[in-house]
Amino acid sequence: MSATTKTLIRGARILGGEPQDVLIDGETIAEVGLDLTAPEGATVVEADGKILLPGLVDLHTHLREPGREDSETVLTGTRSAAAGGYTAVHAMANTFPVADTAGVVEQVWRLGREHGYCDVQPVGAVTVGLEGRKLAELGAMADSAAGVRVFSDDGKCVDDAVIMRRALEYVKAFDGVVAQHAQEPRLTEGAQMNEGVVSGELGLTGWPAVAEESIIARDVLLAAHVGSRVHICHLSTAGSVEIVRWAKSKGWDVTAEVTPHHLLLTDELVRTYNPVYKVNPPLRTEADVMALREALADGTIDCVATDHAPHPHEDKDCEWGAAAMGMIGLETALSVVQHAMVDTGLLDWAGVADRMSFRPAAIGRLSGHGRPVSAGEPANLTLVDPAYRGEVNPAGFASRSRNTPYEGLELPGQVFATFLRGKATVMDGKLS
Amino acid sequence: MKRHLISAADLTRDDALLVLDTAEEMARVADRPIKKLPTLRGRTVVNLFFEDSTRTRISFEAAAKRLSADVINFSAKGSSVSKGESLKDTALTLEAMGADAVVIRHHMSGAPHRLAYSDWIGGSVVNAGDGTHEHPTQALLDAFTMRRHLSGPGRDLAGRRITIVGDVLHSRVARSNVLLLGTLGAEVTLVAPPTLLPIGVEDWPCEVSYDLDAVLAKSDAVMMLRVQRERMNAAFFPTEREYSRRYGLDGLRMAALPEHAVVMHPGPMNRGMEITAEVADSPRCTAVEQVKNGVSIRMAVLYLLLGGAEPAVSAPAPARTEENNQA
Repeated sequence: MSATTKTLIRGARILGGEPQDVLIDGETIAEVGLDLTAPEGATVVEADGKILLPGLVDLHTHLREPGREDSETVLTGTRSAAAGGYTAVHAMANTFPVADTAGVVEQVWRLGREHGYCDVQPVGAVTVGLEGRKLAELGAMADSAAGVRVFSDDGKCVDDAVIMRRALEYVKAFDGVVAQHAQEPRLTEGAQMNEGVVSGELGLTGWPAVAEESIIARDVLLAAHVGSRVHICHLSTAGSVEIVRWAKSKGWDVTAEVTPHHLLLTDELVRTYNPVYKVNPPLRTEADVMALREALADGTIDCVATDHAPHPHEDKDCEWGAAAMGMIGLETALSVVQHAMVDTGLLDWAGVADRMSFRPAAIGRLSGHGRPVSAGEPANLTLVDPAYRGEVNPAGFASRSRNTPYEGLELPGQVFATFLRGKATVMDGKLS
Repeated sequence: MKRHLISAADLTRDDALLVLDTAEEMARVADRPIKKLPTLRGRTVVNLFFEDSTRTRISFEAAAKRLSADVINFSAKGSSVSKGESLKDTALTLEAMGADAVVIRHHMSGAPHRLAYSDWIGGSVVNAGDGTHEHPTQALLDAFTMRRHLSGPGRDLAGRRITIVGDVLHSRVARSNVLLLGTLGAEVTLVAPPTLLPIGVEDWPCEVSYDLDAVLAKSDAVMMLRVQRERMNAAFFPTEREYSRRYGLDGLRMAALPEHAVVMHPGPMNRGMEITAEVADSPRCTAVEQVKNGVSIRMAVLYLLLGGAEPAVSAPAPARTEENNQA
């Protein structure tokens, strides 16, 4: 890649608007307009009918490195992200060792830079070893080269109210945010799936909605009390939506994310006992799915985050009770969002840009991502073909893992090209 | 019938009646001097038990042996399974050894379903109890026992009122019975403290009551579920004594039952907890008869899943309709 690389994207519908040309020069968008002339040596991309979005930003990715390189590495995970249209992902802290020191977060951040497929912004653990007892050195991680702003014990809830309060207060010093995995531990001991009609019939221990909602209610009150901001990870119930809506109506600094799978799938799928549907928080009911879609449409939920959670095959090729929780999602996120939100008329492409790029970048305080598609901005871009339709085929995934719940499902939309600071990480639907 | 028996819901009314009628024939074999049929000679039945349950295992073992099948008992304790072998590898091993049917007992709900519908094995799978999900052969033997007392050979249980009392939340017996008894036309009422009923039970095809005394007089059969004393420590109820007072069946409550009503228990009983010795030992209690019927039911299930084409008992032929024989 050299600073002289030039690309002309011709006839792209920016954020779904009227077709325009976009000229990328080096790492920057040089010009946006009608009938631009391709400079000498420029690559021309015919984008007729395609949608141009700011590069997608994921607030919630498990890259598994260090420690579980059998399921994903920073390289395979960022290739997967690029294939899904992402130019920045937040790497969760539950690695081995846990990302609870400046050393680990810098390592992960550097690996992302070196591979060059997608920026990796590490998330720091809130507590040492994700154990919920003692604050990790949050300031050291914030001051490190990785510049951590999002802190989370994701996978575990910061359930101690005092520790949560202190974390919320402490991160104000460097404009950080605590991203809470809302799960009251006592109410979810041994939980296997959403608690409801289906869990009762299947005889699987339930994960009640109230275990999520009670923590969210507590944490929005705590954030308001100490004047800090809080982010809710993978919000999954209609009740949680109501609490976040109420907190926002008070003017409190509360943000929330929803995963693609919670926008599409329900606990009825658990009747197959196929562990590919085992995830935490669990798949909920149809009523929850509809409430989540509405909340994402009206902005109560700020953004879509994948919770991309790779697992090796043997951890899903077993009994439900023995299986690991989690699904991969980077390469299907945009298609699921198009299917659940755009094709249903709930969200337009400008809305998709907002919920999958602008807002997550703002929550994570990323400066070079989630920027408007206009001259002078960094050329982090995603070109989508919304007319494409195809069956999900995990064999073609760039991720090292295959635990997708969408295998064989026909979904719309294809990431045609992804540009990271002007360089095409994906072109013609293929990774570079 | 389907190739596997995983849930009582796998059985249509005709399937269920076919199993019960076949079990009646099998029961007659038990009265012969030589309690053995050649029907499954050369077939291999594996009892794959991931959870201790001597009663259920020997019941399946006796059933398979009476049908002349070769029986292999595979107990997960002390085997490669306790050393971390996966269900999949265990299944592939059994498949390689030529198992025609696998009878599986597992502490995780859904494990038999996984075994049956993954492509790990080719034989039939019979669920011998999975976690807190189902135990379909128990429901069949319960229905068989009820039919003998309350309706009669060849008939279903239409209009019979069955009360199931106790820890429904953790009971695979209750789940399978609600489904099967519903299929057979019975009216089921579940009685338990609210803590021991699953969320969503109001959508089940049955009635629910918190008051045992209110339903006894309207019951043709009362099934008492085993309540594990450990539940007390998880605050499902305050004390053993309080549970026993409110939901236990004693002589006084038994007297409130209609004259013809029977008392059932899947065993093993907690005498003094959900059932008093007086009731357990009374002639109205069918617990021992249920065990006996269990062998006949399991013979019928194995026969229908593995050998169904040829007649099980040489003579006389079963007196069922053509439609049922095709089921």
